[in-house]
Amino acid sequence: MTVATIEAVSTALARGRGGGGPAPTRIVVAYGFWIFLLSDFVLFSGLFAAYAVLSDQTAGGPSGPELFNLRSVFIETMCLLFSSYTCGLGALSAERRQPGRFLIFAAFTFVLGAAFLFIEGTEFAAMVRKGAGPSRSAFLSAFFTLVGTHGAHVTSGLIWLAYMVAQVVAKGLRPRVLRRLLCFSLFWHALDIIWIGVLTLVYLMGAR
Amino acid sequence: MNGPDRIFDDRTPGVEENEPSASFLSYTAGLALAILATIASFVVSQTNLLWAPGVPVGLVVLAFAQIGVHLVFFLHLGSGPDNTNNIIALSFGLLIVFLVITGSAWIIANLNANVMPTAVQSSH
Amino acid sequence: MLGRLSWAAIPFNEPFPIISGAIVLIVILAVLGIITVKGWWPYLWREWITSVDHKRIGIMYLTLGLVMLMRGYADAIMMRTQQAMAIGNAQGYLPPGHYDQIFSAHGTIMIFFVAMPLVIGLMNFVVPLQLGVRDVAFPVLNSVSFWLTASGALLVNTSLVIGNFARTGWMAYPPLSELPFSPDVGVDYYLWSLQISGIGTLLTGVNFVTTILKLRAPGMTYFRMPVFCWTALATNMLVVAAFPILTATFAMLLLDRYLGMHFFTNDRGGNQMMYVNLFWAWGHPEVYILILPAFGVFSEVVATFSGRGLFSYRSMVLATLGICVLSFMVWLHHFFTMGAGANVNAFFGIMSAIIAVPTGVKIFNWLFTLFRGRIVFRTPILFSVGFMVTFVIGGMTGVLLAVPPVDFVLHNSVFLVAHFHNVIIGGVLFGVLAGYNYWFPKAFGFTLDDRFGKASFWCWIIGFYLAFMPLYVLGMMGMTRRLEHIADPGWRPLLMIAEIGAVFIFLAILCQIAQLYVSIRTREVRRDRTGDPWNGRTLEWSTPSPPPAYNFAVMPRVETIDAFAEMKRRGMPPLEQAYEAIEMPRNSATGFITAFFAVITGFALIWHIWWIVILGLLAATATLMVFGWSETREHEIPAGEIARMERARLGLGWPG
Repeated sequence: MTVATIEAVSTALARGRGGGGPAPTRIVVAYGFWIFLLSDFVLFSGLFAAYAVLSDQTAGGPSGPELFNLRSVFIETMCLLFSSYTCGLGALSAERRQPGRFLIFAAFTFVLGAAFLFIEGTEFAAMVRKGAGPSRSAFLSAFFTLVGTHGAHVTSGLIWLAYMVAQVVAKGLRPRVLRRLLCFSLFWHALDIIWIGVLTLVYLMGAR
Repeated sequence: MNGPDRIFDDRTPGVEENEPSASFLSYTAGLALAILATIASFVVSQTNLLWAPGVPVGLVVLAFAQIGVHLVFFLHLGSGPDNTNNIIALSFGLLIVFLVITGSAWIIANLNANVMPTAVQSSH
Repeated sequence: MLGRLSWAAIPFNEPFPIISGAIVLIVILAVLGIITVKGWWPYLWREWITSVDHKRIGIMYLTLGLVMLMRGYADAIMMRTQQAMAIGNAQGYLPPGHYDQIFSAHGTIMIFFVAMPLVIGLMNFVVPLQLGVRDVAFPVLNSVSFWLTASGALLVNTSLVIGNFARTGWMAYPPLSELPFSPDVGVDYYLWSLQISGIGTLLTGVNFVTTILKLRAPGMTYFRMPVFCWTALATNMLVVAAFPILTATFAMLLLDRYLGMHFFTNDRGGNQMMYVNLFWAWGHPEVYILILPAFGVFSEVVATFSGRGLFSYRSMVLATLGICVLSFMVWLHHFFTMGAGANVNAFFGIMSAIIAVPTGVKIFNWLFTLFRGRIVFRTPILFSVGFMVTFVIGGMTGVLLAVPPVDFVLHNSVFLVAHFHNVIIGGVLFGVLAGYNYWFPKAFGFTLDDRFGKASFWCWIIGFYLAFMPLYVLGMMGMTRRLEHIADPGWRPLLMIAEIGAVFIFLAILCQIAQLYVSIRTREVRRDRTGDPWNGRTLEWSTPSPPPAYNFAVMPRVETIDAFAEMKRRGMPPLEQAYEAIEMPRNSATGFITAFFAVITGFALIWHIWWIVILGLLAATATLMVFGWSETREHEIPAGEIARMERARLGLGWPG
């Protein structure tokens, strides 16, 4: 083993971990974004806690089982799951420098995400029309805020996706764009994890 | 990448440059498992398959299973030695989430039992 | 068109806000005028406002914190004076509505815009230097963080002249902070300025966790990191984990106030206790966010000025991490009296007693470091020793308050006020001032005057004891906090002593200003040409004072803990090195522009000027998108340029 090899191995060992030595940009960016996502989970934990505490405070108004339509919730869930799948395949195509395939998968992801938002919006509108808006009771305030914050995240995800498509078209899949795409797909997958919590706590437990 | 680099390179959720061929499979398997878990949750909540008081427990278990599926198959959060940092950060985050939700629920349930007059709870 | 905003928002009929507001306005205009006349704008814009250098940002954070300390102190002395005057038949000089705003503003400002910027400023300046790297993980984000914090501070101070501030206390508990009971803009100023600065703080947390875990000099393993970096890591993990809870809580209160929701209202199922619960789920970690960096400073100062390594480094690290996790399991001790059952109260009481253990470990480590050390009594070590004595008292009164039955007696009394000032002044502020005196020569290249430094220390510590020990006694006697008028004339002597203490603290601040002034005047004789004025032990002292933009011309290699002490022991590396080109981040106006729109949007939200809100949000999004599109964020300093700068600095002259 030459000295150079030993150095190379020890640098690889050390990079960005216990051994020290700055990690490559890609690792730093993705790790930073991962930490940000964890903080987002904590933000949602506050909203989940509020919902858990307030969910039976209907103040004489409608309760969960009267309002929730599990059929559309199932469709919403499937939209998100499939959009995560296409988002993953899009990230894969981007890694392999296949911009055409990436754009197709991005389009699928966008349409599925938009479909999710459309169904959620329709449900919300129907509830408001029934007089079950967010100011009706503490339960409904907590419901609209928790589910709506997830929806707002999906909305910003869609804007971000459109923006990333523009970047890919304008600049191609260069490393900087790939790093931003990596952050986007982390964000999109993390939204699914939040949705599983919403689905379980709000809809499945609440609709019984 | 191969050799020592592959073993020691630090990885982050979503970074998957080492196994491009496995990824399509991993996403597909992840999707299948996630759909299964979702359907199972709906079935558990809508039928009498489970003993009624056990349903919330069943739902929580299924939810955790599905979150695990997402973390492993979509976010590629492996458990190898190279991933310690991510796992530690995630466990810290989950610990906080757990403390905030269960702590709040415990505290407020206790306060409701001790403080809130029942009249306020039932009317508007 | 202008929402709720009209000429009636400016309190012409109230002398204090108008006079103080006018003075502040005149000072600001004078400063801006001088800058314009002297033509300093290009320099400020280039070197400071758009700078993404962590050292510059750190200095700006510290400046913001020290300026806001004056504002917070002004509130404090007004309250002390009111309480010393308004006893028995006397009514004092402040009307209740104004007094309520002052104590609310004092708490809010001291926590969010003094203590936070000061500790974040120190971390910004020191952490990358101690880690032996050239900047933080996300330099532009760092600038965004700073400017968002500054935006929040600006909004809080705007409330002095336009509208009014909250009258709810710094926690803004509902239902008092709900719309029916606080219909004016005060609570909105509070909420929006803290939301904006909170985003900045959260981004700082993300940035520093990533920096410390992913960017370190080669060879710097976790257990070779200086203790200050460990405490910074723990603090920023707490920021990432705690601040989102506050954001969510404030968001719910905002929804109650703006969209008529019912999270914390009296009617339709709202639950005020949930706000208190969530607020302190953030609030308790927050006190450790503030104190842990101070613990880090003391660890560095005590080791350096004792001339030896820190006693039991590993137990120090473990204690820090233990506090980091435990701090999330004690929050109910802030509201024992709210009515939870004995089981809940007992659990949180016991957890609060347990969290005192790692802090005790730290105190012993510092004592054993001092023991048989060759102690050099400069200003930083005075603050450290003063801290150890004072903080132990504050910690013990804290453990006392963590016993539920005792808390039932002392809750909401000035005993509590004395306790948390005891730990925040005696802990956080002494830590920051020790760090300020310790690292000032690193930042500016000359040491601070020691006589005025010591004078300020003695004024601080005497002032603190005079101002707050009487409050412990008064609390025992039953005096509750936030009293605008005191009925019992028997409390007058103790309140007068507290007032004298506040005057001593004023002298301390004057000494601080004099110290800075004198030091700048005599900077030529106090130049630090070695980069290592205190015989330091960690890497920041291995680079010149002030450090070049790139911090280290050649990245240090770390082989032990206290890396620089070890380098000095083995003999320094040669002065002339083989330099390589260095890639540095470019300046960016993103932070300043984002903050500009944040201020406008925040102000419009407070006053319900919806069209400006929409424009501001669009503009902020556009700023993000422009930044997200950018390609060239780095520039390279060529090797020859670095060699030239290094030679000039070392006085080596030109080759050949």
